[in-house]
Amino acid sequence: MKIIIDGKEIEFSPGQTIYQVAKSAGIHIPVLCHQEQVKPVGACRVCVVEIEGARSLMAACAMPAGDGMVVSTNTERVRNARRIIVEMLMTQGHHNCITCESSGDCVLQDLAYELGLDAPRFDGPATLLPGETGNEMIVRDMNKCVLCGLCVRACNEIQVNLVLDYIGRGSNSKVGPPFGQRYEESNCVFCGECLRVCPVGALYEKQGRFQGRTRDLEKVRTTCSYCGVGCQMDVRVKNGKIVKVTTDREGMPAPNFGSLCIKGRFGYDYVHHPERLTKPLIRRDGELKEASWDEAAGFVGEKLASIKQAHGADAIAGLSSARCTNEENYLFQKLLRAVVGTNNVDHCARL
Amino acid sequence: MAGLAASFGSGAMTNSITDLGQSDCFLITGSNTTENHPVIATVVKRAITQRGAKLILADPRNIELAKFATVHLRQKPGTDIAWINGLINIIIDEDLLDSKFVSERTENFEAVKEAVKKYTPEYVESITSIPGEDLIEAARLYAKAGAASILYAMGITQHITGTDAVKSLANLAMITGNIGKPGTGVNPLRGQNNVQGACDMGCLPGNFTAYLQVANEEHRRKFEDAWGVELNPNPGLTIPRIIEGAGAGTIKALLVMGENPMMSDPDLSHVEHCLSKLDLLVVQDIFLNETALLADVVLPSCTWAEKEGTFTNTERRVQMVRKAVSAPGEARNDWEILKLLANKMGAGWKYATAKDVMDEINNVTASYKGITYERIGKTGIQWPCPTLDHPGTPILHGITFTRGKGLFSVTEYVPAAEQTDEQFPFVLTTGRILYQYHTATMSRRSLGLVSRTPEAFVEIHPSDAKELGIKPGDEIEVSSRRGSITLKADVGKRVEKGVVFIPFHYSEAAVNRLTIAALDPVADIPEYKVCAVKLRKCA
Repeated sequence: MKIIIDGKEIEFSPGQTIYQVAKSAGIHIPVLCHQEQVKPVGACRVCVVEIEGARSLMAACAMPAGDGMVVSTNTERVRNARRIIVEMLMTQGHHNCITCESSGDCVLQDLAYELGLDAPRFDGPATLLPGETGNEMIVRDMNKCVLCGLCVRACNEIQVNLVLDYIGRGSNSKVGPPFGQRYEESNCVFCGECLRVCPVGALYEKQGRFQGRTRDLEKVRTTCSYCGVGCQMDVRVKNGKIVKVTTDREGMPAPNFGSLCIKGRFGYDYVHHPERLTKPLIRRDGELKEASWDEAAGFVGEKLASIKQAHGADAIAGLSSARCTNEENYLFQKLLRAVVGTNNVDHCARL
Repeated sequence: MAGLAASFGSGAMTNSITDLGQSDCFLITGSNTTENHPVIATVVKRAITQRGAKLILADPRNIELAKFATVHLRQKPGTDIAWINGLINIIIDEDLLDSKFVSERTENFEAVKEAVKKYTPEYVESITSIPGEDLIEAARLYAKAGAASILYAMGITQHITGTDAVKSLANLAMITGNIGKPGTGVNPLRGQNNVQGACDMGCLPGNFTAYLQVANEEHRRKFEDAWGVELNPNPGLTIPRIIEGAGAGTIKALLVMGENPMMSDPDLSHVEHCLSKLDLLVVQDIFLNETALLADVVLPSCTWAEKEGTFTNTERRVQMVRKAVSAPGEARNDWEILKLLANKMGAGWKYATAKDVMDEINNVTASYKGITYERIGKTGIQWPCPTLDHPGTPILHGITFTRGKGLFSVTEYVPAAEQTDEQFPFVLTTGRILYQYHTATMSRRSLGLVSRTPEAFVEIHPSDAKELGIKPGDEIEVSSRRGSITLKADVGKRVEKGVVFIPFHYSEAAVNRLTIAALDPVADIPEYKVCAVKLRKCA
C-alpha cells in the first residue's frame, strides 16, 4: 500500500500510523504526547496534518495511514494550528526555562522555537503550585505539566505499575497517584518510567537538580550493575561525577527498551560514597593499615607461594564475583588454575 | 543450573526476555519477579494485561504478581517437587501431553510417567496444602496454552532438593513440548548482574569456560595448550566446602573478589569461625564489607562505572560495560589487581586492556568465539555465538537439545532438612526486596534506596502476631538453632500463617545467622528457603 506525504510516495504496511510512515521516510512531524511504546491517544494535537479530502486536521500519531492517502505535514494551516496549540499549552502552567532542569531537553521548548513563538499571547494561571520534593528520587513540578498523559500511560502500559492516572476535572485536572497522594505515600515503586517519558520539566531527578544541564553532561552507554536483566542505560557525567542515569525517551535497545527500576535509575550514588576503599590495607598488629600496592601484592604473592610450598596448591581457594566483569572472572579462575594450581574456585551463583 | 544442564545439556535461560512477551501462559515459581527482576516483570505484566496471557503463580507468599495471577498456588515452603509432579501427573492423566514431542525429542519418559502416578491431587494437597482443584486448573492452563513459559529463580533452587525441582520443571516443559519455540522454555532468572557470565567464564570448581570439564583430559589439554602450563585434574571445592575446609584447616588461604560470604553464606557464626582460622584472607572490594573486616589484606577495586568490560545477562546476552568516571584514590580494576598478583607469582601476564582479555576468551571459549567488543558495541549478542558472523542464539534447543535428546528425570518429594517443632514452630524463608541488592554493600550506600527500606524487618501473619502479642513495628527476636537476630515486625498477609519471611540484606540483623547449611547434594546450594525458628517480642 502507498501513501503520499509531502509529495513523496511511500510504501507502508497496514496498521501503521501516518506519523510512523512519515518517520520511516525521514519526514519530521512534531509530537509531544506520543511515544513508540504506548498507545497513541492524540491528546496534544501538535502532530496534526492536512489530509486531502478530510474536513479537519488529523492527529498523525493516531491516524492510520490509508492507501492512496495524500498528506501534507507542513502547510500554513497546519503551522497555524500547531502554533495555537503550543500557545495554549504554554499558558497551562509556568514554563520558565531559566532554571528548569529540562531546558535544552524539552519538547515544549523545542516546539515553541520551531514554530517561532516569540512570546505567549495569553496569561497562564496566577498561582504557583509548590514542587513536590518529599522523596529522594523524583521531583514533581506540576507548574510545568502539560497533561500530555505520557507518564500515566508509561506507568500503566509500559511498567504496568498501575499507580498514575488523571485526577480532578477540567482546569483542575492533574496527573498523579490516586487521591492526590504523593509518590512516596502511594504504591509507586520509583521505576522512573514517568520521568523518562516526561517531555517537559514536570518530573526530574532530585539528585541531579542543579548538577548540570543535559547539554553539559557526558553520556556513557553501559549495562546496569544490579540484577541479571542487564538493562542498557546512560550514565550522565559532569566533572568526573555521576549526575544521573537516564534512558532515551525512544529507541533504546533490548533487553529493557529504556525501562529501568529504582536500583538502576537511582541507585548509582554509592559510587561516590565517602567510605569507598582508596588504598590497599594490610593487617598489622591486629589492625588494617594502609600500604602501597607493591607492598600489598608482594605480601600476598609471597604468602601464597609459601602456603603452596608447605601445604600444596589445594590449600588455596578463591571466591570470584557474580558482580565483576567476564574479563575479571576469566582472569580470576586462570589465576587460581594456571598460576596457583588449584581448581578451588567458585562464586555466589548459589547464594 | 545443574538440573537444567542434566535435562537439556545447557544450564541457562532457554528463551529471551523479549520473547517472554509472546507467551500465552506463564508458570512463575520461586521468583518474586516484580521485586527481583522488575523489568522482566514488566514484560510478563504487559503480556497478561494487553494480550490476555494467563499466569500460574506458585509462591508461598502473596507477592505483587498474585494480583495478576489466574491461579495462585500457595505451597508450603519446601514442597515444590510434590506440586510439580502433581501437575505432570494430571497432564498425563488427562492426556494433555504432546506425545509427538515426547517421542521424538526426549528419552526416559516412561520412568517419569510411572514415578508421578502417586502424586495425585489429594496426595499433593496433603504435602503442599494446595487445593486439588487449583492444581488441576493450573495443569490445564499450562498444558492447553499455545506457548507456555516457565520462569523460576532461587525459590526453587535454594532447597536441599533444588536440583531435582529444576529437573521436575524441565520434565513439565518437555511433556507439553514447551521448549525450543517462541514464548516457551524453562527460564531461570539470575539474581545478579553477571552470575551467568561468572559461570560461563569458569568460576566453578569443575568447569573451565563454556562448561568444559576440569576432569576431562581432552578439555584440560585444550587449556593446558592455551595457557602453557600443566593443570590440576581434580575438580575443586564449592563455596560451602571451601568454608568447611577453612574451618577444618585444609584450606589455608582464601582470595575473595567482590563477594561477601560473611553476609551471603548460611550459618554466619560458623562462617566467621571458619574464616578466622585462615592463614591468609585477601579481599578485593569497593567497600570495607563484613568479610573485609576479617581480612589480612584488603585491595581497593573499581565499581562498574569505573571500568571497561562485559557482563552476560540472564538471557545469555553479553553486553558492554563502559568507563564513565575515574576510580577514587588508588583503587584499581579487578583485572589489573589479578594481573599484579599473578605477576608477583611469576606468571608474566601481559594484558594491557580488558579487550586483550576478551580476545583470549574468544579464543578458548566456543560459545563466545564470535562475541567481540567490535560486534557488541551497540547491542549485545546472546551465546552460543560460534563464529564472527553468527547472529547469536535467542532461543536454545530449537531442533535438538544441547545434549541431543531431552532427558526426563525421576524426582521425588523429600521434606526440608529442618522441620518445625514445639521449640522452633515457625518456618523461616529468606529472600530479597526491590530496594536492596544482595549483601547491600552498594544499595545501603545509596540515598534513595536507603530511604525506601532503611531497616530490617520480618513479615509475620496477623494471626501469628496476635497470638504472640506482636504489633506492627515491634522489636522481635527471631532465633533458630544456630543464632538469633532482632528486627522490626511487619505484620501482614504476604506470608501464610506459620511462615515468616526475612530479607537477607541487613548486616545488623543478618538472617544468615539463622539459616541452615544443609546443601543440595548435586549443586551444593544451601537451603535458605526453609529452616525452623521461634519468635519472641522484645521487652
